[in-house]
Amino acid sequence: MEARATTMTGAQALIKSLEMQRVEVMFGLPGGAILPVYDPILDSSIRHILVRHEQGAGHMAEGYAMVTGRPGVAMVTSGPGATNIVTPLSNAYMDSTPLVVVSGQVATGSIGTDAFQECDITGVTMGITKHNWLIKQAADIPRVVAAAFHVATTGRPGPVLIDVPKDVANATMEWYWPTSVDDLDLPGYHPVTVGDPAEVRRAARLVLGAERPVIYAGGGVLKARAAEPLRHLAERTGIPVVTTLMARGAFPDSHPLCLGMPGMHGNYTAVTAMQRADLLIALGSRFDDRVTGKVDAFAPGARVIHVDIDPAELGKVRTPDVGIAGDCRLVIEELLAALAEAGLSDEGAAEGSPAAGRPDLEGWWAQLHRFQEEFPLHYAPAAEGGPIKPQMVVETLRDLSPADTILASGVGQHQMWASQYWRFDHPYTWVNSGGAGTMGFAVPAAVGAKVGRPDRTVWAVDGDGCFQMTAQELVTATAERIPVKIAILNNAYLGMVRQWQEMFYGERYSEVYLSPDLPDYVKWAEAMGCVGIRAESPDEVGPAIEKANGIDDRPVVVDFRTDAFEKVFPMVPAGASNDAIVVHPDQEGRAR
Amino acid sequence: MTPAPDARHHVLSVLVENKAGVLSRVAGLFSRRGFNIYSLAVAPTDEDERFSRITIVVDVESAPLEQVIQQLDKLVNVVSISQLAPVDAVQRELLIATVEAQPAERSQVIQLVGVFGGEVVDVGRDRLTVMLAGRPEKIDDFEGLLEGYRVVELQRTGRVALPKLERRPTARTLRSVAGQAG
Repeated sequence: MEARATTMTGAQALIKSLEMQRVEVMFGLPGGAILPVYDPILDSSIRHILVRHEQGAGHMAEGYAMVTGRPGVAMVTSGPGATNIVTPLSNAYMDSTPLVVVSGQVATGSIGTDAFQECDITGVTMGITKHNWLIKQAADIPRVVAAAFHVATTGRPGPVLIDVPKDVANATMEWYWPTSVDDLDLPGYHPVTVGDPAEVRRAARLVLGAERPVIYAGGGVLKARAAEPLRHLAERTGIPVVTTLMARGAFPDSHPLCLGMPGMHGNYTAVTAMQRADLLIALGSRFDDRVTGKVDAFAPGARVIHVDIDPAELGKVRTPDVGIAGDCRLVIEELLAALAEAGLSDEGAAEGSPAAGRPDLEGWWAQLHRFQEEFPLHYAPAAEGGPIKPQMVVETLRDLSPADTILASGVGQHQMWASQYWRFDHPYTWVNSGGAGTMGFAVPAAVGAKVGRPDRTVWAVDGDGCFQMTAQELVTATAERIPVKIAILNNAYLGMVRQWQEMFYGERYSEVYLSPDLPDYVKWAEAMGCVGIRAESPDEVGPAIEKANGIDDRPVVVDFRTDAFEKVFPMVPAGASNDAIVVHPDQEGRAR
Repeated sequence: MTPAPDARHHVLSVLVENKAGVLSRVAGLFSRRGFNIYSLAVAPTDEDERFSRITIVVDVESAPLEQVIQQLDKLVNVVSISQLAPVDAVQRELLIATVEAQPAERSQVIQLVGVFGGEVVDVGRDRLTVMLAGRPEKIDDFEGLLEGYRVVELQRTGRVALPKLERRPTARTLRSVAGQAG
């Protein structure tokens, strides 16, 4: 206890509470209702990054959180300020990203009167936040801020919102800081962490009995900081690993046990391995429809071990044979211990132990290696004098950039090519919008990632459609000296929609054409204080990337004019079984 | 033929924090996850003013009960959930109705109310307001018979329920204040 109580305003208490949470940076934009809270920012150690649109603040906070593992913080005013950050909240909710958003609100006496810039933002965001709070008195501020960070970062992480009426921010209170979880007034919040030992032993028995097992690693592995234990589990058992879109980097792509990404645009081997598996070990993954295809036809012969920190995920889509609610890192460690107990250590199976009778995975691997040889990721290289292939841009970017480069992306074809053709060998190097599929995510998320990891090169692979949605945040990047690099795969179309219209709507192209040169991306980049570069032919790709990699004092935008006819392969048509995977036309007819 | 209501109706007795917006969080969860609520009753608890109890009758044909419980359990303001199977629960509901009853029919209505053990709670010149508290099936029967008269207005409260006594415990508490779960 402090000898003398310190009196301060709610606004000061809010900023001090953020400092107590060791917040180093926040992203935001002030306005009427949040004005009192912006005043003490001038005296705070917290760096505030002034965005050009509140959606940018939210996605920056997400990018920051995804690369650092720390909660991202954003601050906005009431009404439109708050509604502009609804998309990032929804995005963070779908991808379980820890986010703390503080919004201003009209004075308590005006709530419900349709006051200027009033919006019931706790009502609006109820379904897309893990929890939210409308603070009614200044004395609650430290407790609610502490509770908000606790809820956002524990259990299944997610976004939270704190709505602060203007009069509450102006009122005075006696400073205190809650020192224990018991002081947070969360009687209904008790996330699980440790898996049930009996279930873990059952899981170990299934692992030892499987002939065609696959580890299906999801974003939960990264959230749980479980990349190392996952690698240990895979290496000890020799079981192949697929990494979902949210788990790219959780297991190294260059590892011989890695099969890469499964799902609608996953590679043939990853998709088919799951279809033919007799055991799926789902770790922090949620049987998303983009992974399973038609659920009834997904991995029909597989038993399922499902580990997730959210008990509601167990059985939501597929009933597991063994369901373990718990933190992925802890459960994988428990599973390793249970395997050791059954005789499977890093030295192999002990003679006479239950593990000694384990089926040989050699036949399974032979099958998988054949798939890898027959159906590698493939695209037809650019024809003589033809346009740039977008996949080639990603490959060149990968080969010319540092190994630990952080890659952000928007949503669409370019996102799939980025995920397919990059080599993710490090966790927390992939920043993308998975569940929500938010176009425009890349630019602000890359800015947030660079703020979180200024030591790393940060590239965003973006589409021309996505870029136009949030490009204004490059002004923020220039002003704040955040040197991100943006590669626009400019095919002049909303490419993924175009691909579906070509394949499933008889080539009837409805409202998908943009334009390669309206806007002029180079001029636009320059107007925002960035270096603008254009690459129009394949031989210009490498030099453009090298030039961009050599610039570290301002953002760079490279406008790659890519082939508009290129489609993402493989592809499982929406609603179809994963067995109906469509491979690249050059690979059709090969034995499956 | 549709199954008997009780076969697909399960009662969840949900202890929630007595805070603004809690009912909206619960109702919002049901609507956005596509779960159907058959009836819902809310009141503060006697034991502790910090909490209220929501009794929800869930239509389990819309979603597996386990999924409903697990999603509900994730709401931060939900403190504990007890699941009561219809056979293991004492359930009560209250009905009040205003019925048009000219002097000639009045005695028939009063008699009907008497047979069911209900009460006449208000009398007008040509109308009666009657009430009945009882098991939901009994209320259903009473409501059916009232339809033989002109019902001007009718309201039901939705069910409240407690576990039956003198059996092995059947209420399954997933999360209690001191307990540990999702």
